[in-house]
Amino acid sequence: MKYLFYPGCSAESSALEYGTSTLAVLEALGAEVEELKDWTCCGASVAATLSDLLGVVLPARNLALAEQAGNGREMLTVCSACYTNFRRTAAAIAAQPHLLDTINQALEVEGLTYHGTVQTRHLMDVLANDFDLETIAARVQRPLAGLTVAPYYGCQTVRPYSPFDDDQRPTSMLGILEALGATVHRHHREASCCGTSLLTTKPDVGYQMVGAILEACEPADCIVTVCPMCHMNLDSYQDKVSQVVGHPLHIPILFLPQLMGLAFGLPESALMFKRHVVPVGPVLAQLPGS
Amino acid sequence: MTTSEVINLTTVKRDPTFVDSLTPAGRLLSRCIQCGTCTASCPSAPAMDFTPRQMWRLAQLGFQDQVLHSKAIWLCSLCYTCHVRCPRGIPLTETIVKLKQLALQERISEWRESTAFYRAFGDVMRHYGRTKEIEFMVRYFLATNPLSALGYAGLGLTLLRRGKVHLEVPRLGGEGRLDRLFERVAELEGQQ
Repeated sequence: MKYLFYPGCSAESSALEYGTSTLAVLEALGAEVEELKDWTCCGASVAATLSDLLGVVLPARNLALAEQAGNGREMLTVCSACYTNFRRTAAAIAAQPHLLDTINQALEVEGLTYHGTVQTRHLMDVLANDFDLETIAARVQRPLAGLTVAPYYGCQTVRPYSPFDDDQRPTSMLGILEALGATVHRHHREASCCGTSLLTTKPDVGYQMVGAILEACEPADCIVTVCPMCHMNLDSYQDKVSQVVGHPLHIPILFLPQLMGLAFGLPESALMFKRHVVPVGPVLAQLPGS
Repeated sequence: MTTSEVINLTTVKRDPTFVDSLTPAGRLLSRCIQCGTCTASCPSAPAMDFTPRQMWRLAQLGFQDQVLHSKAIWLCSLCYTCHVRCPRGIPLTETIVKLKQLALQERISEWRESTAFYRAFGDVMRHYGRTKEIEFMVRYFLATNPLSALGYAGLGLTLLRRGKVHLEVPRLGGEGRLDRLFERVAELEGQQ
């Protein structure tokens, strides 16, 4: 398995632990991963709000780089917003025959041309579908026995451009979590919205949305996610959210590759639990042999 | 909208061509049967002035000002639930992105806490080519309410301590990483 890696802005800054643990886990599974050189922001939720063309040109700049460097490799992203932008751009190019010409007129100033051939994959898709569960289970050195985990996919991981799972009742994580030895806590907020930028612009509304997810996950020992935005919102605001919902909510939020790395016996330098706002210590203490 | 806030169809200014500018839905909005699945699916709907269903009806009828000045469009968090559930197959979420774009272009002054977010983010993205969280937040709070930043001070310190964000000296001015691409896009859009 060979991938070209587009980390996105979060995975090299606020969610560095996500990018780092992703690379460590994929290496442990035998995948070859190379970071895309000279990548720039995909435009987040902002570029398309500034202009229609900018909303496809910023993702296309990276797709053009990936096409050039990829040698047929698929582009792997860990961020659900980046994933949506790349796939939205691909869908727009497929639907509007002249769009690619216009995009290329813009990319000219960067010395790039895009031919529309790159496939973008989300880490969730790659982990669930490119490796069989026996391979994952065989890599486990420290089974997560006794640990109850609540999967949380968020929105854009599974909709509207994801071909790999149900867009409202996703199940991609289940097999992996069980292969790690964990007990899964199913709940009705697995594909709900974390509030994204509302936590900054309209915090009162955002806190309610985070609160609903944390409450649904309360019976679990931790929540596992595959999106840096979801992680930031669920991990950073639990004190404020507790005030809003009127009772204390305190639950560690792990990225899926961090949890896998934990079961694989990877070192703290690859998992970076110390970067979390809500301490992961109680989860670690619960594992057998701690 | 409460029932007391009635919009008078004969006196309020309407633009029947408004719906055509609302890509990607555009004329597809005429398919809307007002079933309310979008409103029932929307996690922000309880906080909105117009619910999504009401907003689409206003858009169909050409009430441009009411829609573009609404708080509702800024409460959409792009979760795409309405988009995938719409029984008429209307691409609703991306049409809200277009509404935000039009409201930004019209320099609508309400909901500055939201419009400033997009402007500050766009500026930082253009300048650095990647998102720099601290510079973005500084610009955002300076553009909105610097005092509100105090509410985030405790969290900011925690995130700094955990290495989640970094203090960097903002290097404003000089050529931005994506200036040429942004300018070229503006030029091409001007030609259309």
